[in-house]
Amino acid sequence: MISITVNGIKRDVEVPGEMPLLWVVRDELNLTGSKFGCGVGECGCCTMHIDGVATRTCVLPVSAAAGKQIETIESLSSDNSHRVQKAWLAEQVPQCGYCQSGQIMVASALLKKNPNPSDSDIDQAMTNICRCGTYDRIRTAIHRAAQEA
Amino acid sequence: MELDALDRGGFLRLAGTLGAGLVFAVYLPGCGRSSTSSSSAPFAPNAWVRIAPDNTVTVVVNKSEMGQGVATGLPTIVADELDADPNLLKFEFAPADQQYIDPVYGAMITGGSTSVKDMWMPLRTAGATARAMLIAAAAQQWSLDPSACTAKNGVVYHSASNRTASYGSLTAIASGLKVPTNVPLKRPDQFTIIGQQHQRLDIPQKLNGTAEYGIDVRVPGMLYAAIARSPVFGGKVKSFDPKAAKAVAGVVDVVQVSNGVAVVAKNTWSAFQGKNALQIDWDDGPNANLTTEALFAEAEELARTHRGELVALSRGNTETAKGTVVEATYRGPFLAHTTMEPQNATADVREDRCEVWAPNQVQQRSQQEAVNVTGLPLEKCVVHTTLLGGGFGRRLESDYVREAVEVSKAVKAPVKVMWTREDDIQNEFYRPMSVNVVRGVLANGTLTSLSHQVVSQSWLKRWHPQWLKNGVDMLSMAEAVDAPYYVPNFKATFIDHEHGIPVGSWRAPDANWNGFVTESFIDELAHAAGKDPLTFRLALFEKTPRAAGVLRLAAEKAGWGKRQGAGIAQGLAVVFWGGSYAALVADVSMVNNMPKVHRVVAAVDCGTVINPRIVEQQAQSAVIYGLSAALTNKITLERGRVQQHNFYDYLSLRLADSPPIDVYVVPSKESPTGVGELCTPPIAPAVANAVFTLTGKRVRQLPFSDALRA
Ligand code: FES
Ligand code: FES
Repeated sequence: MISITVNGIKRDVEVPGEMPLLWVVRDELNLTGSKFGCGVGECGCCTMHIDGVATRTCVLPVSAAAGKQIETIESLSSDNSHRVQKAWLAEQVPQCGYCQSGQIMVASALLKKNPNPSDSDIDQAMTNICRCGTYDRIRTAIHRAAQEA
Repeated sequence: MELDALDRGGFLRLAGTLGAGLVFAVYLPGCGRSSTSSSSAPFAPNAWVRIAPDNTVTVVVNKSEMGQGVATGLPTIVADELDADPNLLKFEFAPADQQYIDPVYGAMITGGSTSVKDMWMPLRTAGATARAMLIAAAAQQWSLDPSACTAKNGVVYHSASNRTASYGSLTAIASGLKVPTNVPLKRPDQFTIIGQQHQRLDIPQKLNGTAEYGIDVRVPGMLYAAIARSPVFGGKVKSFDPKAAKAVAGVVDVVQVSNGVAVVAKNTWSAFQGKNALQIDWDDGPNANLTTEALFAEAEELARTHRGELVALSRGNTETAKGTVVEATYRGPFLAHTTMEPQNATADVREDRCEVWAPNQVQQRSQQEAVNVTGLPLEKCVVHTTLLGGGFGRRLESDYVREAVEVSKAVKAPVKVMWTREDDIQNEFYRPMSVNVVRGVLANGTLTSLSHQVVSQSWLKRWHPQWLKNGVDMLSMAEAVDAPYYVPNFKATFIDHEHGIPVGSWRAPDANWNGFVTESFIDELAHAAGKDPLTFRLALFEKTPRAAGVLRLAAEKAGWGKRQGAGIAQGLAVVFWGGSYAALVADVSMVNNMPKVHRVVAAVDCGTVINPRIVEQQAQSAVIYGLSAALTNKITLERGRVQQHNFYDYLSLRLADSPPIDVYVVPSKESPTGVGELCTPPIAPAVANAVFTLTGKRVRQLPFSDALRA
């Protein structure tokens, strides 16, 4: 039995400690906003905040997340009122949308740390893959969200 | 008739079997409205549109949403003719059903950048018909002649008496009216929603984790499966030992299926672990020693000997044309699609019915897979299409659906089959490898003869053989046979190189490769003729003024011919695809022997624009997709085994390396044509042509990393 705190709620899960957090959250807790894209830490679709740090959870054993604050895309807001969601809507960022939970989680962690990121800050932080190529709008939306703060 | 007892698929099927008749559906109880008695009845004059008493307009979308914006584009077409309130617009995906076929394909298929082009007239008619009936309903309510009433933004007006009625208030009366035929459509200058920057309908759910993709489907009692497939194409299971897999925590069963061995578990991770633990003895079959190198040698031999060569198009005489001969051979690699969402499907096979949830581009094929595996009648096999985490042609196949149905049938429980990224890259229907031999004749600097030989494996002959023309797969010849240049002596030929590696449709098939050859070779010819590549092309566009139009626009916006920054050169390319034209200009410099793209200017002519922002998104998306592949991507085989695994050895462009892409659209009143794939073919040649200017090196092989670092 492992105890984890997801979006502020403590949950006990009956899984092996090496199961990646992504699959625990998706399959056991039925929070499916976080996606699976590669399973090897390359694409960032599975990004969650662990104690506020954007983390690729497909390679993070659930045991390593025990006792920490885990936040998923579902924690931002369900009515798209978070400033990053608002900026994403205004710039019409998503296409297929599959990568966007991860992109939004990286962007919101970036803005918390760095309220006014430069283009090169964005280049360095936003390393998630988007196969639809929404990168131009992701950049613009981050600048827009920064202005909203 | 109570319809709330039926599932949505049943509702829609019923609507269809009633044909032109009206559906009196009693659902949405409690949607308050006062004036008529049966106030909860939605108005559904045809299979495409449903208007509810709460004024919402639901458009049934018979195409798959994979990012291209179709779930916004198609409802927009209906909404405009309907004069609906765009803020009350909703979409819903159609079930697998004959009434939802694409009228040109004759089947439910999302591909070839055809959705808007093919659905344009049927959906306009559906919207206009519904509008006429709502106006007639209001007129009846007010005892007026319909011609005295107008409609706007979801409301019917009688201005003389200052009366209004919202569409939602008219559903009951409208449902009692006869469906009119030959309702007039709007003139283009009457469009109010088409051509406007309305927000995409699918975006809100994609910002907060609520959007449902195939991977997110959850059915009560569902199990999760991973499948070990043969490492060599065409290989078979000789024998397997399930013991180690069954010992993995969470694994509940191991079953053999036609594609390999499935490990069934209580969650995805356990299924993946169980699959890794499987002991399988494979019979590798006839492809056990295949290498891509040997396949290229084979293709070149075919090109030389012309064995099995078929003529796709010929005019004049390419053999006798006199002048300076330029000849070149180009080699294109196999490519994977790497949709962001790996392949998956969920199936629930019961004694008397089968239900499938799948991110797929081919609803009826998916349904047929279910029929074939279960033996159930067609109408007992229901297919639900979820959102797709990318498609790019990969999901025109239904292999993942068959797998899910087979496993569910074997374990007698609902099952989701989930692929790893490695499964996805190694069990593909690849963009075909290709060898192209091109030959041009220049007389006094003018191109008088052009021939283009394509050696490649036809995927269409497997996928839809009825579409071959005199044995020639015209998709294999796209941009070889129909590039927009007019040359008096012209010949395009095809040799089907049968090699046993599965090939399929890859964004703009197979213009994505032939277009690279054509556009690079035209550039070669321009340089051989001592002409500017822009003027050389324009001289060949006499019969295709729209090609000239996009090229001029792109050149003007990019400042073609003017000095760019230090170390930067421009390259250009043109394409005709999906009935549309595009031209790209790429600003490129060389960094570590590789091209770095600083900016791309795209000019697009796709006829009437439904939503300019989506056109822009798609042009940008297609450029990034094509550039990603061209820079470093290739699928290679050693001992019959795919050598690439995941995003660490099959790279994808990331934000820091993605150039800004400025998109310009040619204003047009022509019928709309495709834009989803259009800008993928021209990006690689635009970059390669700039590389030639910068380095003097002609890139005749992709990816660039192979051509330039060799
Ligand atoms: S799924 Fe975790 S990084 Fe790709
Ligand atoms: S929006 Fe499709 S992968 Fe990013």
